[in-house]
Amino acid sequence: MNPLEQLYQEIILDHSKRRVGAASLEGEPGAGEGQSHQHNPLCGDDITLRARVSADGVIESLAWQGDGCSISMASASVLAEGLRGHAVSEFAEANETFHELMRSRGKLAADEELEERLGDAAAFAGVSKFPARVKCALLSWEAAKDAIARASA
Amino acid sequence: MAVSDLPPLDDTEAARLRADFPILETRIGDAQLVYLDSGATSQKPECVWEAEQHFYETANAAVHRGAHTLAVEATDRFEDARAAVAGFVGAGEREIVWTANATEALNLIAYSFSNASLGAGGPEAQPFRLGPGDEIVATGMEHHANLIPWQELAARTGASFRWIPLTPDARLDLEAAADIVNAKTRILAFTHVSNVLGTVNDPAPLVAMAKAVGAFTVLDACQSAPHLPLNLRALDVDFAAFSGHKMLGPTGIGALYGRAELLDAMPPFLFGGSMITTVSMEKAEYLPAPQRFEAGTQKIAQAVGLAAAVGYLSEVGMDRVRAWEELLGERMLTGLSDIPGVRLLGPAADSGVQRTGTVPFAVEGVHPHDVGQFLDSRGVAVRVGHHCAEPLHRFLGVTASTRASAYLYNTTADVDALLQAVSDVRGFFGVK
Repeated sequence: MNPLEQLYQEIILDHSKRRVGAASLEGEPGAGEGQSHQHNPLCGDDITLRARVSADGVIESLAWQGDGCSISMASASVLAEGLRGHAVSEFAEANETFHELMRSRGKLAADEELEERLGDAAAFAGVSKFPARVKCALLSWEAAKDAIARASA
Repeated sequence: MAVSDLPPLDDTEAARLRADFPILETRIGDAQLVYLDSGATSQKPECVWEAEQHFYETANAAVHRGAHTLAVEATDRFEDARAAVAGFVGAGEREIVWTANATEALNLIAYSFSNASLGAGGPEAQPFRLGPGDEIVATGMEHHANLIPWQELAARTGASFRWIPLTPDARLDLEAAADIVNAKTRILAFTHVSNVLGTVNDPAPLVAMAKAVGAFTVLDACQSAPHLPLNLRALDVDFAAFSGHKMLGPTGIGALYGRAELLDAMPPFLFGGSMITTVSMEKAEYLPAPQRFEAGTQKIAQAVGLAAAVGYLSEVGMDRVRAWEELLGERMLTGLSDIPGVRLLGPAADSGVQRTGTVPFAVEGVHPHDVGQFLDSRGVAVRVGHHCAEPLHRFLGVTASTRASAYLYNTTADVDALLQAVSDVRGFFGVK
């Protein structure tokens, strides 16, 4: 695979079109919900993400609306699909791993261990070779972190 | 500016010029670099950094101070550079103020007006004082650098900020302008060439409207100074701004143009050394322009480099540069319109609107950031994003676009490489 194909893995292109969790968010977040808006002024990627967290700290749903490049949209889709039913503490661990991956400048490979820890999000390993795109991949993670914290507050 | 009697630029001549720009030989992975992002910053010919190097090797000293030989030599070269750049844009030597870039030049005007509005500058600064009831006008196609300083100046002085809207095909709406520019208008700021659309605005009707009501005109010449023969005095604008790095010059230097009598009357913006006549513990008096706006140690080597850049452009001939870019631009426009799923932004290819070699477009179903990434894998460097013109993009109904911008060193082969790569974008992303 050349670097471009590593960047745009099938999983990423597929998610950028399927957009799991994409919804039209209306009204204010309700009880047990938190919402976060994140914007990347460099390229205009924009996402509003709403998380519902149960009283015992389980992420029940992630819904989002946004506009942006395939990397940012796929990242939100992968999160929405992957996080449902997971504990907030598991998200925190995955978030750390994902940030580490994004900082790796291509040095961390998407091996089995990484896939175990990140699921489909391991497909973003190729993004880390493109520093200009790392922010695109991280945007929905920032939104999720913030929304989950607000929902848990 | 004299019309060149050399034959028009063509691929052979452009290929010869390319030899002066070693960076154009760069390989991007397996591909040859195709640099079509000169609207963001141009590449620089060897003579530009050689001029800077030569200055450091033979004449480096602080200018306008000191009596030693090097100080005199440095001052001469610095002022010769000013004369060269002034000549290139049709200005008088005293009408060119060095700034870091066009953004600083535009802010300089805005802050000088601000200072006048706070009472600085005595009676001769009266024309620059703004307050409630006054209006500052810009347009809907401005770069943020020719928009935000005016919004902020209005906010600081109590003046109102207004803008000239665009017609549906993204031209300045001159009919609307005739209403918006009125007796309350004090400043009319507009771009000569849109940095996004590459379209050329004719300054004449806007200058006439401003003159009729006694308003100052401010021309953003960032995208015209590098690409068109420019004569600021002939255009009869009061102020203009341009950046060196977009016209083959070094980064870190740009210029403000102002009519001499205005610059001499306008209160300074930055204060410090080199801009004063007398200083006491109570107050200071200021030199005439341009020194009154050049506080602190200046961008001396950069000025020398920019002079080398305009020397290079003049040698090629700006009329030839203009004609060649128009040809490259037309080839891009026509070629891109023929690619299924590609939409040109701004006036249609056959609208007859004057353009430079800058073309913005959208690939249906693929975000500009992804388009740019794919083009990069073919070595093609373009700009993606809102190009510091968010309101214009909102008007065009997009959050971002892809912009290809050519310069004198591009060839038809560069354009064809762009067209080939753009044709392959939708296939790669699986968009039908």
